[in-house]
Amino acid sequence: MINSEKKHRVVITGMGVVCPTAHDVESFWQGLMSGKSGIAETTIFDASTFPSTFSAEVKDYDYSKYTKNPDIHKDSNRGSGFVIGATVEACKQAGIEVETENPGDSIDRSRLGIYLGAGEGSVDNEVFFDCLAKGWDDENNSMDWQKWAEVAFRDMKPMCELEQEPNMPVCHISLLTGARGPTRSCLTACAASTQAIGEASMMIRSGQADVMIAGGAHSMIHPLGQMGFNRLTALSTRNDDPQTASRPFSATRDGFVLGEGAAVLILESLESAKKRGAKVLAEIVGYGSTADAFRVTDMHEDARGAQAAIRAALADAGVGCEDIDYISTHGTSTAENDSIETKAVKGVFGDYAKNVPLSSIKSMMGHLIGATGAAETISCVMAFRENTIPPTMNLHDADPELDLDYVPNEPRKAELNYIIKESFGFGGQNNVLVLKRYEDD
Amino acid sequence: MNSQRVVVTGTGSISPLGMTGDQMWEGLCEGRSGIGEIKSFDASGFTCRIAGEVPEFKINKFVPKTSRKAIKLMSRDIELSIVAALDAISNSGLKTKGINPEDVSVDPKRMGINLGAGLISCDLVEISPAVAASKTDGNFDIKKWGEQGLGLVTPVWLLKYLPNMLPCHVGIIHDIQGPSNTITCAESSALLAVGEAAQIIARGSADVMVTGGAEAKVNPLVLIRQCLIGRAVSDKNIEGEKACRPFDADAGGSVFGEAAGILVLESIEHAKGRDAEILAEVVGIGQSNSINSEIYKLESDGKGVGIAIEKALADAEICAEQLDLIIPHGTGIAEDDLAEAKGIVSALGDVGKVIPVLPTKSMLSNTGAAGGALDLITAVKAINSGVIPAAKNCESRASGCELNINKEKIKKDISYVLCCSYSYGGQTAAIVLKKYEN
Repeated sequence: MINSEKKHRVVITGMGVVCPTAHDVESFWQGLMSGKSGIAETTIFDASTFPSTFSAEVKDYDYSKYTKNPDIHKDSNRGSGFVIGATVEACKQAGIEVETENPGDSIDRSRLGIYLGAGEGSVDNEVFFDCLAKGWDDENNSMDWQKWAEVAFRDMKPMCELEQEPNMPVCHISLLTGARGPTRSCLTACAASTQAIGEASMMIRSGQADVMIAGGAHSMIHPLGQMGFNRLTALSTRNDDPQTASRPFSATRDGFVLGEGAAVLILESLESAKKRGAKVLAEIVGYGSTADAFRVTDMHEDARGAQAAIRAALADAGVGCEDIDYISTHGTSTAENDSIETKAVKGVFGDYAKNVPLSSIKSMMGHLIGATGAAETISCVMAFRENTIPPTMNLHDADPELDLDYVPNEPRKAELNYIIKESFGFGGQNNVLVLKRYEDD
Repeated sequence: MNSQRVVVTGTGSISPLGMTGDQMWEGLCEGRSGIGEIKSFDASGFTCRIAGEVPEFKINKFVPKTSRKAIKLMSRDIELSIVAALDAISNSGLKTKGINPEDVSVDPKRMGINLGAGLISCDLVEISPAVAASKTDGNFDIKKWGEQGLGLVTPVWLLKYLPNMLPCHVGIIHDIQGPSNTITCAESSALLAVGEAAQIIARGSADVMVTGGAEAKVNPLVLIRQCLIGRAVSDKNIEGEKACRPFDADAGGSVFGEAAGILVLESIEHAKGRDAEILAEVVGIGQSNSINSEIYKLESDGKGVGIAIEKALADAEICAEQLDLIIPHGTGIAEDDLAEAKGIVSALGDVGKVIPVLPTKSMLSNTGAAGGALDLITAVKAINSGVIPAAKNCESRASGCELNINKEKIKKDISYVLCCSYSYGGQTAAIVLKKYEN
């Protein structure tokens, strides 16, 4: 009999983040309070001739500062590198010992799991394009696979190729922590890490694990990633003013800003946290996951799937719309998302929607794709602690169709007890969490 | 809330052994191999020139008229998942929008999808003209790429290669509006996806889940990665049929292939409510992790595999003696096979040396994210036919391997089957299926 009874409360006991605006949670929050932007001209590769010449890069970051064994992580792609720092920070806060054979933290490693929403690693661009360029037979206007293979076998770096697999960030966390519980990686586009947190919380709730390291890691700031989103016309092309390019819910929004990063939360059963004396930061009380089943290129016009996911998460939490004090939106700054997300909230909340503040921190950090939901979840936990809602920056031109309270340009003090985190992925996956201020009872 | 019992009511596949799950099973029973010389591209410059390729097919035959516009958005991996999903859903008797839009028999909101998917490589042929147009003095020029190359690539290019597009396309065709996830854990993806799908039903979040995995590994970029890290066989003269030799003394590496395997899972109440034929019950799920700083190899004692098996047996509330068949991951990579064998025996004890073991990759090839689903389908077929096919290419068991590799096709009553998977990168999974008894 598969054991899935709802028998454990799920709490958060640690957090870590490496993102375009900060390399740790406290600086991340301070940045959100001051409206700091992580967006600038792209430097990872020469994007000067691309339709979008800017992005939100993680800068001046060195994973090797966080590990005693930098060698075993040396071939990591950017996402895996970021997740090392985020994991070490989160584990430290939760009191989980890393890189030790005999951890003294009283967490049974076979009951410590990992669940990330993690993206594929960047291709090894120089070699990738060189193989194609050299393999191309100009005379016959076709690919010569023998020539391609000759260059590829000579120049491709085996470990660099392997590290592109999307399960590698999970692998690097397991090397750091010795986790032997359930380990998984999912990739549901922009909803991935919210889904990972949701599914990881289900594992704790049903008793399959005591502690889960959950979150996301991703970088698509590479020529193919940027090409892909540019061709879909999903990215902002405000090349003359990158810092204000991400403007969710504004009438002048013109696309999202490609970002990168990693964010990790330590989820734990309340019993385990109490037994260890770990400080509880917040509780996860609801999770909803649905699909639009509409079109791969567009969201459903009436936000059918998004509404269903919000309703499912509220029902799972056993709370009503009037209990919700703040919604951390997906808020990408694309015309479509922000309009349909607003419809979704109105559809579920009805007239009460105008009373619920919403905001999007993508206005500052950009869109971390697979990692974004986890970074935003961290901002929600900090919002509980500080009783403050982070703002939607760059919101100066109201869109007449978007008439909710988006907390424009300034953080706002508020008493927060329940927060909704929404994430929606390309292709129509919708994942929603309900977070609760932790109260011992 | 009490956990729901979860049953299998449909299976379907497209594999190197045929277009359907039934054809795959026939092939396995006959000891046929689906491995041969690569036809889909010129592999003569590769250290491995063989693979498991599926029969030729035209995707438009498997896509309802209303969804045909979406065909241009489909990579090979997506096509495979669509073919297998149609086979599995037809087999289950469920009437979805994709089967009969006039007579849908399932609530789309209570049906979810959870598939294992690989790192989908872009179609290099599709992108190479754009690269060729971005050359300066024979070398790739990123400035030209930004100016001119980009414009030559189809606007929807990215959408073809996102792993979550497998469940999206299948979900749109069959109108699946419940939980949707895509597990990307390389070769353990399908078992992990099926495990999660079963748990989603058990916790009451869906009544029906379409689950399994798909991957098209016969692609120059995907294949060369396995060649470069030394996982693929590298004897250029090796005969396809004999090349993949799990647990054999002459094992020389794995042979990669393409496939999709899909299972329809249902809560027992839902299945009974529609008088569905129940093919098996999912009773045990175990997951763990192999920890090895040489990340492309399983740890040598197979500990992570062993822990997953112990957890699956505990979840199923059975002891090792009750198992009638083990379908291991068995890739044909000597070091990994030996480690897996050790992990299995350490978890099961001495009886682990007696229970018949059927590795399938010698016939089906290593189909990455699809492999675990093909193995679960094999387990379902074995349970329902009371037959264990003979293993292929294990004439002389590798030294140190104590498993009872099944030499001859045998008939016996099969109550419990254990399937195991692991991936480079570490994730391990084990699932126990049980013969259904009312």
